Amino acid sequence: MKLPVIGRYLALKRRGVLGLNARNGRYIMPYNQRRFYPLVDDKIRCKQVLENHGIAVPPMLDSIRTQFDAGHLEKRLARLERFVIKPASGSGGDGIVVITSKRRDYWLTAGGNLLRLDDIQFHVSSILNGMYSLGGHPDAALFEGLVETDPILRRLAPEGVPDIRVIVFRGVPVMAMMRLPTRRSGGRANIHQGAIGVGINLATGTTLQAVMDQRVIDRHPDSDEPIEGFEVPDWDGLMELSARCQAAVGLGYLGVDIVLDANRGPLVLELNARPGLAIQIANQTGLGNRLAMVERKHSPEQADISTRLDWARELADL
Amino acid sequence: MIRIRHWLVLALALILLGSGLAWWKVQQYGFPLKPDMTDVSWTVQARIQLRPGEGPVKATLQLPSQTPNLGRLREDFISRGFGLDVQESRYQRQATWSVRRTGGRPMLYYRAQFYTDSARQDFAPRPQFPDIPALEEPFATAMVSITDDVRRHSADIETFTTEMLSRVNAASPREEIALFLNAPEFRGNRLEIVRTLLAGARIPTEQINGLLLVDSDRRAVPTRWLAVHNGQRWLFFDPSSGRQHLPENLLVWWRGAQAPVRIEGAELIDLHWSVRRNEVGSLSLAEQRAREHDFLLANFSLMNLPVQTQSVYAILLMVPIGAFVLVLMRNLVGVRAFGTFMPVLIALAFRETGLAAGLVMFSVIVALGLLFRFYLERLRLLLVPRLASVLTVVVILMLLMSLLSQRIGWEVGLSIGLFPMVILAMVIERMSIVWEERGARDAMIESAGSVVIAVLAFLLMTQPLIQHLVFVFPELLLVVLGFTIMMGRYSGYRLSELIRFRELAGRRG
Repeated sequence: MKLPVIGRYLALKRRGVLGLNARNGRYIMPYNQRRFYPLVDDKIRCKQVLENHGIAVPPMLDSIRTQFDAGHLEKRLARLERFVIKPASGSGGDGIVVITSKRRDYWLTAGGNLLRLDDIQFHVSSILNGMYSLGGHPDAALFEGLVETDPILRRLAPEGVPDIRVIVFRGVPVMAMMRLPTRRSGGRANIHQGAIGVGINLATGTTLQAVMDQRVIDRHPDSDEPIEGFEVPDWDGLMELSARCQAAVGLGYLGVDIVLDANRGPLVLELNARPGLAIQIANQTGLGNRLAMVERKHSPEQADISTRLDWARELADL
Repeated sequence: MIRIRHWLVLALALILLGSGLAWWKVQQYGFPLKPDMTDVSWTVQARIQLRPGEGPVKATLQLPSQTPNLGRLREDFISRGFGLDVQESRYQRQATWSVRRTGGRPMLYYRAQFYTDSARQDFAPRPQFPDIPALEEPFATAMVSITDDVRRHSADIETFTTEMLSRVNAASPREEIALFLNAPEFRGNRLEIVRTLLAGARIPTEQINGLLLVDSDRRAVPTRWLAVHNGQRWLFFDPSSGRQHLPENLLVWWRGAQAPVRIEGAELIDLHWSVRRNEVGSLSLAEQRAREHDFLLANFSLMNLPVQTQSVYAILLMVPIGAFVLVLMRNLVGVRAFGTFMPVLIALAFRETGLAAGLVMFSVIVALGLLFRFYLERLRLLLVPRLASVLTVVVILMLLMSLLSQRIGWEVGLSIGLFPMVILAMVIERMSIVWEERGARDAMIESAGSVVIAVLAFLLMTQPLIQHLVFVFPELLLVVLGFTIMMGRYSGYRLSELIRFRELAGRRG
């Protein structure tokens, strides 16, 4: 029992796989200052900051902060048809409702449910009460324009909104993966709920192997489409977008979630100050060596964007 | 680099300080490492009974002063109507009772408690070389002849003494020795003869009088022992066997050939010694010892607190142990659980109910509460009122369980008392959210993880040995703190990650 454990431990160490303790202790704590957390934990503030830095984001249609407003949604909802309701400080996709169309007096969700006005009012009211925020703190609800997924990506993800998660370390993108929702994940791009993680070659933007439930798969389980070798459109633009987020929020170790909108190109959906480690499984490689490489550069945050992107491309071979 | 060292130095310092203090307490004062350990102490008493004359009475008793191998805890002087004065120098103590006029047959008591303390070795001052005793003939010639002969058969003072003792103790002593043994001056007192002969060789000696502390003895008789100074230190000899040793439990009471009591103005009817052997808790003995030595921390002992406060601390001090289990399970093993300290709180709740009953009650109440919570979901209540409703239902469920267990005669159901219902309500709320958002599987994994950690923490927190150690050596919490700080800087993999990333370990390239 003892030896295989040690062998596995050393093998992971050798291959530079990052564990949660190392992520928290070596990267998040030294490089992510507490005072910047509220910027990314509150999606409304985050969106404003990113917009101020000229970073493309999905439009904010409305935000609700008081129970009074939550009780008088009717007028506000009247002009909205396709939108997403999000808790401003939710995590892991909890509490997000995607409305794809409006019928006479109810709304249709991406999951196929029909919601009446009081359903939506209850949901918003739950959000305000802190149902989805960490520690149950009072929260705000955010109405966001629905992203029209780039039709090229539709082939890979028949349902839901796929997104691309880029880990940006000190302004340098170090690893990326695409997250494809499945029927099982309920249209959510959340690996833990059954979405597919697809590794991406940082230099070329082509997809590598796909992983679902920790296992390598060849084809999308819903559409049977092959996933590997797909070229992500506007990859360079996407990389630049992700690299610029560091300066906007001041976090050294950052997860940037980007969606590809059919009309507007790559948009930053949200930022994450504690991005997960599943990205290593999707890429079948460890983050440790790449992070160490960036750490060896002399204050990489100060380098200009093209240098940083060059470094990122070099990391692909690591 | 300096930052990295900082935490390590701090952690190591805490660990060393904590364990060092505990070690010191064990070594120096015999604080017991195991619960329910008993030690032996002896209560020794000297009783003097007098028949007073007409005038003032004065009685002087030699008291134990320097007692090798034994420490003195408490002494009492009991005497009715007498004034007491204790004279004390480094190597001699004596009590003087005095009264101007008294009737009847007054009794004077001296009582003291002794415990083994191998740290004490001080005995008596360094002696002068004695003058050669001026003896009459034929004793003087015999003495010279004996010492010369013994000197020829010995190498040093130690062997000299042994040889001399064996000659004096011999069944058929030689002519010169027999001369001394039969002499009226010595009245067959072999110890006195040996001391005289050793003085003839200018060897300093001392007679020791003491009591052997073995069993309770209502009528103890003082033993005589021979101490010989070899120029560096005192050597002790059993005068009857000639063997060189000092029994560990020989209480050295007074030195010299004279009687331990001097009486003026009265007649000594009886001098009575008794020894009582006591079994005492090692802990209370160690406490007394520490206080006797003026150990600074003895004043900060938990034993000084009121019993009620003590019992609270007995529980509180275990919380860091539970928290450390939590740290290990989360950061080293990677078990997922609800909340940060919820498992420790559940473990504390198990303390009230016992493990089996606690687990049953926990599962039943959480399961029923969860059902109710899912029903509440349909009523669309706001967060805080919903939590309060769940809490109310939990209290009702607890009440029902108690009533039910009363009916079926299952007593543990009644011990529910302090089972923290707020914790249960929070568990239910948290579980239902995880259930809805991430599915039943995650909810089950997290609650199973919480229960596993709680059970482990409970088992450790209720170990009598650990409870004892933490309570007697609260400084061990510094050790726990040190290890917790070290765990805080552990950046290696968690056990669960070895499984999670197994694909990454196996692939070559």
